[in-house]
Amino acid sequence: MSAETLSALELSVRVAVLATALNALVGVPLAWLLARRRFPGRALVDLIVTLPLVLPPTVTGYYLIVVLGRRGWLGAPLYRWTGWTVTFTWYAAVIAATVMALPLLVRTARAAIESVDRDLEKAAYTLGRPEWRTALEVTLPLAWRGILAGLVLAFARALGEFGATLMLAGNIPGRTTTIPLAVYTAVQTGETGTALVLVAGLTALSCAVLVVAARLGARAT
Amino acid sequence: MTSIVVACALLLSFAAPPAFAQELTISVAISMKDAIEEVGRRFVAEQRGATLRYNFGSSGELQKQVEAGAPVDVVVFAGARQMDELEARGLLLSGSRRAFARTVLTVIKPADSTLDLAKPADFLDPRVKRIVVGNPRTVPAGQYAEESLRALGLWERVRDKLVYAENVRQALEYVARGEADAGCVYVPDARARADRVREAFRLPEDTYRPVVYPAAVVRDTRRPALARAFVDRLAGADTRTVLQRFGFDPPPPGSR
Repeated sequence: MSAETLSALELSVRVAVLATALNALVGVPLAWLLARRRFPGRALVDLIVTLPLVLPPTVTGYYLIVVLGRRGWLGAPLYRWTGWTVTFTWYAAVIAATVMALPLLVRTARAAIESVDRDLEKAAYTLGRPEWRTALEVTLPLAWRGILAGLVLAFARALGEFGATLMLAGNIPGRTTTIPLAVYTAVQTGETGTALVLVAGLTALSCAVLVVAARLGARAT
Repeated sequence: MTSIVVACALLLSFAAPPAFAQELTISVAISMKDAIEEVGRRFVAEQRGATLRYNFGSSGELQKQVEAGAPVDVVVFAGARQMDELEARGLLLSGSRRAFARTVLTVIKPADSTLDLAKPADFLDPRVKRIVVGNPRTVPAGQYAEESLRALGLWERVRDKLVYAENVRQALEYVARGEADAGCVYVPDARARADRVREAFRLPEDTYRPVVYPAAVVRDTRRPALARAFVDRLAGADTRTVLQRFGFDPPPPGSR
């Protein structure tokens, strides 16, 4: 394996792990909110979170760059204050992967949370547990298999993310080139051998992740 | 959601490595990758302390990134249109745009094809069932192919045989795998797959606009002098032999 292949592999795993962690941090509370609370703008939040699942990834990437780019709504003030932009850094790859994976986690975790018996939560309330402690001590532990399966799916999605990453993080060898981007580069430049090695590696890794997800999903039901 | 992500990115940014003092980020149309990397190696050898970072994608994606303020110093595109659009938006350093290469369209067939393709009219042969060209709406090579076939009065007559590819590589691959009987690609692409495809004939060069590759410095660059030096090196006479090895001709005089 060449140095560039190794660096792509290392970056891909790093990006997927961090994106999964961010998904857990942001997505699980979001899934709980959508499953258990009625609040203004709930339908809108649901829509925005789900959108990356429906849109072509390049379009999602374009939205991200419009928001986070040096001339973006959030990116422009950030650039003025700090002189730093997220575009073309490996953090951009983490953001792109996080956003693309979020709907998979939120939808799976939400379904798992919704299937938790509400009587158990009510019992916790009568025992004096506030809502947040009930969520942490009753609801989430009961839904954990579904949440874990969602996280595995999110990890798999983050690992394979291409379109949004190419747009926001660019395809800079050694810095933002993940395995899917390296495959694209190899195919576009006719390096069929390199492409095959990368594709085989990515397929094996994805299969392993999906088998784990299937096992967890089967045990959760 | 995005604000949380931005907050996380901000936190992480403190761990970001410092940028090199003499680093250029160059967005390169992926079809030019090997040729530009070769030119880049020579440039770095001459400019002491300079490092180059490449960003590869389609010209359209690279254009969108620059429009959104991506930190790019130099753009190298496979078509004039994307450069025209950046120029119209005032995103290029004025006077920095240079045409540095030219290529021509060629018609290819699978290496094991027994079809006798020697001139444009042979497209009408009923044994030629599928002809692949780039999608004229999105792929420059497809736009030029359409122009040429229209000028030859063949476009409407071969329309039912046409298959659209989303980039030149895909067109090349369809022919290499025998999915299409013929295809229109650029000469360097055909050479890159010489093991699987054969050049059949070239479309007359007066039937379509010259295919010119432009490079330019992005207006917001932090290193305008070094960026200009790179573009000038790329368009310079001594780079031509390098580019010719990859199948690119010198640009026609007066093009940009």
